[in-house]
Amino acid sequence: MRYLPLTDNDRADMLATIGAASIDDLFVDVPAEAQLDGPIRGLPNHASEMAVERHMRALSKKNLAAADAPFFLGAGAYRHHVPASVDHIIQRGEFLTAYTPYQPEIAQGTLQMLFEFQSQVARLYGCAVANASMYDGSTACWEAVAMAGRVTRRNRAVLSGALHPHYTQVIKTMAKFTKDEIADAQPSIQGAPDADGLIGRIDDQTSCVVVQYPDILGRVSNLQAISDAAHEKGALVIAVVTEPVALGAIQAPGDLGADIVVGEGQSIGVGLQFGGPYLGLFAVRDKKHVRQMPGRLCGETVDAEGKRGFVLTLSTREQHIRREKATSNICTNSGLCALAFNVHMTLLGETGLRRLAAENHRLACLAADRLAKVPGVSVLNDSFFNEFTVRLGQDARPIVRTLADRGVLAGVALDRLYPDVAAFADSLLVAVTETTNEDDIEALATALEEVLS
Amino acid sequence: MTAPNQSGWKPEMTASEDGMHNGPATSTGNRALMLEEPLLFEIGSVDTTGVDLPEPAVDAANRLGGMDRAQPIGLPGLSEPETVRHYTRLSRQNYGIDLGLFPLGSCTMKHNPRLNEKVARMPGFADVHPLQPADTVRGAFEVINELAEWLISLTGMDAIAMSPKAGAHGELCGILCIRAALEARGDAREVILVPQSAHGTNPATAAFAGYRVEDIPANADGRVDLEALKARLGPDVAGVMITNPNTCGLFERDMKAISDAVHAAGGFVYCDGANFNAIVGRVRPGDLGIDAMHINLHKTFSTPHGGGGPGSGPVVLSKALMPFGPLPFTARTKDGVVHLVEEENADEFGHTKAFGRMTAFHGQMGMFTRALAYILSHGADGLKQVSEDAVLNANYILRSMEDLLHAPYAHSGPCMHEALFGDQGFGGELSTLDLSKALIDEGYHPMTMYFPLVVHGAMLVEPTETESKAALDQFIHAFRTVAQRAKAGDESMKQAPFYAPRRRLDETLAARKPKLAWSEDAD
Repeated sequence: MRYLPLTDNDRADMLATIGAASIDDLFVDVPAEAQLDGPIRGLPNHASEMAVERHMRALSKKNLAAADAPFFLGAGAYRHHVPASVDHIIQRGEFLTAYTPYQPEIAQGTLQMLFEFQSQVARLYGCAVANASMYDGSTACWEAVAMAGRVTRRNRAVLSGALHPHYTQVIKTMAKFTKDEIADAQPSIQGAPDADGLIGRIDDQTSCVVVQYPDILGRVSNLQAISDAAHEKGALVIAVVTEPVALGAIQAPGDLGADIVVGEGQSIGVGLQFGGPYLGLFAVRDKKHVRQMPGRLCGETVDAEGKRGFVLTLSTREQHIRREKATSNICTNSGLCALAFNVHMTLLGETGLRRLAAENHRLACLAADRLAKVPGVSVLNDSFFNEFTVRLGQDARPIVRTLADRGVLAGVALDRLYPDVAAFADSLLVAVTETTNEDDIEALATALEEVLS
Repeated sequence: MTAPNQSGWKPEMTASEDGMHNGPATSTGNRALMLEEPLLFEIGSVDTTGVDLPEPAVDAANRLGGMDRAQPIGLPGLSEPETVRHYTRLSRQNYGIDLGLFPLGSCTMKHNPRLNEKVARMPGFADVHPLQPADTVRGAFEVINELAEWLISLTGMDAIAMSPKAGAHGELCGILCIRAALEARGDAREVILVPQSAHGTNPATAAFAGYRVEDIPANADGRVDLEALKARLGPDVAGVMITNPNTCGLFERDMKAISDAVHAAGGFVYCDGANFNAIVGRVRPGDLGIDAMHINLHKTFSTPHGGGGPGSGPVVLSKALMPFGPLPFTARTKDGVVHLVEEENADEFGHTKAFGRMTAFHGQMGMFTRALAYILSHGADGLKQVSEDAVLNANYILRSMEDLLHAPYAHSGPCMHEALFGDQGFGGELSTLDLSKALIDEGYHPMTMYFPLVVHGAMLVEPTETESKAALDQFIHAFRTVAQRAKAGDESMKQAPFYAPRRRLDETLAARKPKLAWSEDAD
């Protein structure tokens, strides 16, 4: 077996050194009735690299890759061009095969990268401090709700109706066990987000208001009014950003009063990957909240010779020190995805990020205008960044399937996310990024014209 | 035997006046191939970009709802060559498995096959969206389902939740299944029992799920004290969380009896599967009566650790917990088609009691493809060899060190995949930390330090099955050398490491004056 270096001679020599007659002697503590008498039956034996690659390639080819079709899906996962050097760097063995940097003297590569990553995320979000990443946007969002409970000592979270429904479900799932009260709602199908409705649901018992920016329908709301109202009641504002590229065009949530900003970082460097692994981003606007944050934090210090270096710090918040009193049970996070984000953001820089955002928005505007010309189609949004909602006048889900059969990946039918809400059945979320070109937009519009007529 | 040290270097050769390299200081701070690298924020510029994108029209109309970001963001950029060099230089300050043996106990740092990286990047896996119409992603569903079937077979369990994102997330999934099962029968229990030797994630998870955590006592052999456990069981105990093999590197001989006792008292058994690599292919946890166990794909099935994730923590479930598993998951129908079971079609698949959803989308696909390639490569016979070689390598280290280092449980029989030592007998004021840092100078990543908590100055050594005998012999030589120095009270170890990119870092300063993001202001 190609991954196992020991030879039979080695094994015999080593057993002799140990003083064991056979390998079975080393498993003597396992009760005989729990030991199998040979390889597990019904499963194939080992296979060559070539054979495994062939098997996996066959499975891969059963999927329609985004690059092979005009592609318009978003709803919390976005297709962006990832420069080739990003993948090269994350495949360097010193990054790929390293562990969590618990021995900082020989992990400065990972630690400096995390410090840069935290700094980038904090600036992107308009916050003071970001952590070294969480699993993904949805779990980061729940962690933020839990943190708001610790900070405010209240346990009633108010969720915007236009929060990604998967995120809402994760929060509600966790809250069933922690006994937090979750006040959720459904999105208003209208051109502008219902900020007043959300503000009206905040009361003196509210720990936090969770609002997505841009929201699940792609609308861009002014968070400042929501922040002011929440702060007046002593509640924290959690802003959720599922498309970080947007922050190259629209104001940072931290600058609009959000206390905790969380989100999905997948757009920068990580790729679609059928939903995971992704990259949870987590930041706080005010340094005073750092000690209530979940997850790893990398900080600057000096070594015994006075040279600058980096370490994981404030770990008394974490499970390996604090056990049942930790701020979270999280251990492993998304280190390599954070590196991919860090490298991609470094390649972009502020200039590149702003251009990328502008190009996304330009193409999205083109797409919205073109689709609005399709008979029967109307664009819902008054505002959007690179994703918007169109109403088709008939059920969107079968249309999406029909278009897929014609080789066009048209977007996400809202019915996929809200199967129980009949009023959303004719709505389609359309995301447009720099990877979309004008031919793709025309292909979607033409296909819709044919299918809807 | 391969000569363990062919360079001719000896520890006593370090004794220059300052304990450092002989030779003049350099003007750059670099030492030949050991290269210093500034922060991105010190070398980049907000005007530089390494990506070619069109410049936006100056006054293009926009529909951003009046929320335009006019203020500077402060994100420096680098050109592509500068970027590649920046991160390449940083990478060289890291230790990884590719560089050498990485004996980090409980973390299972084994070789990461590059086939798995290649497979994960196939366009049909890397470039598909989680919400694409089902007929355009059947191959992706099949990967999840095929891996799920393998994991169920290897563990002898009844069902699996594939969506948890890492080990601790898997623990949470298992505990929430237990909680849901108890609530379904109207049984509000409050306590989860966890041994002191457990990973910190166990008590943190139980507390996060709303339980009170109590210790399970251990016996002198380093295993669960079955009689003490039985005495504590009762109507308030929801379940136990037990790591098997445990964090002392020992198999819990009484696991079946523990499970039977917990079940008899109306509770459930959670097994922390962090150490499944010691028994994979040879022992099925399902035969030991457990109800839920997470599997760290990044440990047992060799998906890369990546400097701290991403991991993946599927959870296998017993028949009793199966109905409560979270959404989504995959299921193959009689026609051979694999479906994604989500909130909207759970009823059709008879899954009406799911405790909920743990994450957006369907789990760590990029880890599933890697783990499946690893499993198919090894097959049933190879996986059995994996656990046998892992256990053989650990015992080889245990028996090669026990004359020199305190091995608290060596008397109680062979270890499993990791060997545990303590700091008893160290001279002077020397500690496990000092030994670890001296091992860094010898060219190794240290073992896990100060864990488990039940052994003073614990050193947990896990070589894994992907080390050759020659590599083990070289490591043992280095380990014995530093152990002898520690016992002899060699005070110079307190200054180690001498040869790493950094000397010991001031962690107290980092925590007292946290500097967690770069800022322009000099301090």
